[in-house]
Amino acid sequence: MRFRLRRPRPFQAIQARIDAWVLARVKQQPGPVTIPRQRVYILPTRFGYGFGLLALVMLLGSMNYTNSMGFALTFLIGALGLVGMHHTHANLAGVEVSAGGAAPVFAGESARFQLQLRQHGRRPHYSIAAAWSRATPGRPLGPPVDVPLEGTVTLNLALPTERRGWHPAPIFSIASEFPLGLFHAWTLIWLRQRVLVYPTPAADHLPPPQQAPAETGEAEAARSGQDRFAGLRGYQRGDTLNTIHWKSLPKLQQPVVKQFDDPQAPESWLTLDAAPGVDLEARLSRLTRWVLDLDARGTPYGLQLPDRTVPLGTGDQHRHRCLRALALHGAPEAMAT
Amino acid sequence: MRVDDVLPRATLLRMLAVLVLVLAPHALRLPWWESVAVAASLLWRYAALQRGWPLPGMAVRVILTVAAFIAVYLSFGRINGQHSGTALLVLMTGFKLLEMRSRRDVMVVVFLLYFLLLTHFLFSQEIWTLLWMLSSAVMITALLIEIHHREPLLPFRETLRLSLRLTGQALPVMLVIFVLFPRIPGPLWGLPADAGASRSGIPDSMSPGDIADLILSEAVAFRVQFEGTPPSQRDLYWRGPVFDFYDGRKWEIGFRRNDAPTPDMRFEGAALPYEMVLEPTRTHWLFGLELTDTAALPPETRVNSDAQLVARKRVTERRLYRAVARTDFQLEPHGLSRWQEASNLRLPDDVAPGARALVSGWRNDGLDDPAMIERALRYFRQEPFRYTLQPPLLGAQPVDEFLFQTRAGFCEHYASSFVVMMRLAGIPSRVVVGYQGGEPNGVGGYWVVRQSDAHAWTEVWLEGVGWQRIDPTAAVSPDRIEQGFSESIAGGGAGDAGFWDRGEGLWTATVARWDWLNAKWNRWVLAYGPEVQRDLLSRLGIDDWTEMVLWLTAGVTGLLALISLQLLRGLRPARPADAASREWRRLQRHFARQGLPQRAHEGPRDFVRRLCTQRPEQADLLTAAGTAYQQMRYLQVPDATGLQRLRVAVNALLKAPVDRSGAGPA
Repeated sequence: MRFRLRRPRPFQAIQARIDAWVLARVKQQPGPVTIPRQRVYILPTRFGYGFGLLALVMLLGSMNYTNSMGFALTFLIGALGLVGMHHTHANLAGVEVSAGGAAPVFAGESARFQLQLRQHGRRPHYSIAAAWSRATPGRPLGPPVDVPLEGTVTLNLALPTERRGWHPAPIFSIASEFPLGLFHAWTLIWLRQRVLVYPTPAADHLPPPQQAPAETGEAEAARSGQDRFAGLRGYQRGDTLNTIHWKSLPKLQQPVVKQFDDPQAPESWLTLDAAPGVDLEARLSRLTRWVLDLDARGTPYGLQLPDRTVPLGTGDQHRHRCLRALALHGAPEAMAT
Repeated sequence: MRVDDVLPRATLLRMLAVLVLVLAPHALRLPWWESVAVAASLLWRYAALQRGWPLPGMAVRVILTVAAFIAVYLSFGRINGQHSGTALLVLMTGFKLLEMRSRRDVMVVVFLLYFLLLTHFLFSQEIWTLLWMLSSAVMITALLIEIHHREPLLPFRETLRLSLRLTGQALPVMLVIFVLFPRIPGPLWGLPADAGASRSGIPDSMSPGDIADLILSEAVAFRVQFEGTPPSQRDLYWRGPVFDFYDGRKWEIGFRRNDAPTPDMRFEGAALPYEMVLEPTRTHWLFGLELTDTAALPPETRVNSDAQLVARKRVTERRLYRAVARTDFQLEPHGLSRWQEASNLRLPDDVAPGARALVSGWRNDGLDDPAMIERALRYFRQEPFRYTLQPPLLGAQPVDEFLFQTRAGFCEHYASSFVVMMRLAGIPSRVVVGYQGGEPNGVGGYWVVRQSDAHAWTEVWLEGVGWQRIDPTAAVSPDRIEQGFSESIAGGGAGDAGFWDRGEGLWTATVARWDWLNAKWNRWVLAYGPEVQRDLLSRLGIDDWTEMVLWLTAGVTGLLALISLQLLRGLRPARPADAASREWRRLQRHFARQGLPQRAHEGPRDFVRRLCTQRPEQADLLTAAGTAYQQMRYLQVPDATGLQRLRVAVNALLKAPVDRSGAGPA
């Protein structure tokens, strides 16, 4: 079951004003942040208003019939609502939220920011969900989680990305309606957290530029042929659909991609000039695709950009360095970080 | 969307169980077909869950709903009102089970469950309903908690524990609101004709057999607590309606003008203040000990022209009032109006020829009015009259048949024929109906008056005396008046009344205790209305409703603050179990306040080392504390004096003057 954050319309204007007021008070913090009780905001949900109406109708009925047990029940219901409000409030206060980082993604994909929730108190916290603040478009909502007595729990927040570079995490809300669902308690937190977004890999597989190879006759002969199939490896983000080994998908559940070995091209140097086109972003996309293709083949490659150079190499680390350089090309903080 | 997505299976099963709990008391009262219909929809729902039966489509649901309305209309003759409204609500709740599609529907069912609890109280508010209400509220709330937790479900024990906790915390808040919430005298709008619990009680006319039915009922009519010494049993006449119109068979209240003046009353002797908790009568009548002092009337009441205490509104719920009676009184000693005299002498022309002859015979002996009364009573005593609750049926001339043939009857027969005789003799007289006697409760020191104490007696008007009470039943069965009804039957050997003997000993004590509990419940909970509230609060020094609202707000806020405090205390770090950790925590807090918290990556040794560089003047103490703490925590065999040393060092550190000018936060 999911939380619904929708609110009846008449309350939306009020909600907007509250949001503005709350948003103005949010400061960016490195984290971890322990949600202070003064910063837990709380309003009735749709069901909360319904519950209030129910109590009112019951009160009127009890008054009309001068029914003492009716009064007792009505007041019990009302008191339950009030006590529930305090429980919802306390369910959120005291939870410690820290940034769990976010794996880099390619532009166009959704970045997944991780939040780690833990608690220091003596009570577990139930059904806590996170969402971007209302100011963030899209604002997907993670499924609610329980924060156990010992240990931490991780919440994921997806953020759609469009362009390369550093993406700071927007302000997010941590919310709970537990236990009775009559009140929505939330707080806004802005953690110093960011995700690196690589350029979108170009869609088509143009052959990467070749460095003058160590020339031998047989090598020349082999060049005209297909790249040599070198085996399968697990799917990674950025791999294109046509490298996926579809036949094995039903058996393995996890997609795997075909890897090709091109002994004829032992090393490649990637430069902006080598990528065709005029648009910088398109050329960066092209370079990104080449990095992925070369990495998939295991060919050593290097990257030369006007502002930085990544020497020849292979492997995951190397690929990340290259992609990072591509992502941050032209960004002032690229040098510093 | 399939329901399983909204409502997990286990939750649905629990919801069905809670529904059964909430509807069970209703089932005892509703028509049988309705219980069957609700049970059927419950089973259907259950089968849909277990066997994958389809839920009804739109068309079936519409048909069911329309059928429900028609069936309720046919059963009750209406679809609004108390009984039929409840019946309809119960049916709709059952049907709602068949169309739960979203979480909204689930919430609607939960809200309906809460509301159904309320409707039950329109019919019964006995002590057990409190227990039922509380357990139902706990179960419904557990359900509410359950549907607001993501899957996997919390263990049932956990939701139940939480629900108990919430309800437990809500109870004191409820109590404060119950006591302090200003009670407005109801009703706010018209009550439906079938409002209030159906009750037996004194009827508004007296036809043969009415009172006998009542006398067989053990139901409580009211309970009375006297503030001083209670009067003797023979004086306990609780005055109800006065009947002065006789059609030959039935006694009724004659024509009365609404603005008829209060009769002329003279009171002598001591005042007898008492407090009465009257069960609902659904009439305007309040029963007052003869005779109610008009100087101290309960609010919203008056004394009518028959000297009967009446309320402005129908008594549809238990009502508590305080009144003052004086057993020594004179009622209209200075004469009756012509109209009054006429209406208290009127008889149908053809009534009781036998009695007419008997009475005129006495008159011809030259008896005056008081002597006539005496003669009539002597007639009852001398002739073989007997007291029985199962008299032979009387025909067209009930008075004559009773006086000369059957000679067996109860208060109604004696009162009726006595008044007829008096009227035939030209003495204004009338029948008074109410209760006589009562049963003292040894536990609570109050009197219980039951329907079985219902009684009819008479009043005759004598020159210079006014209305005088004459109880002809006393002439036949004096025990009935001296001891109260049940003893007179049990002791008098009138075995024809198959009547439950109230018995002796332990059983009596238990019954008395139970009644006492009921009395307290009625007095403090059910009769807690505007008057009782005002009374109680003024005793607490709260005089007007603005003060009431103020205290209400303060009380609720205070309690919620306490609850909140308790909840937020749970957020504080758990208290370490061992003494050494507690000492170390003290030290940590002390330095954290000065901007030197132990960092997450620092062990105790690093922390102490850093502190030593920043607080060199306390280096010795710090080192001592650090060493002692580490020995306590990490040594296999802790040194017995380690804790002592740690405590001393920490105390010394905490007492040391804080050097504000020195090293601040790094």
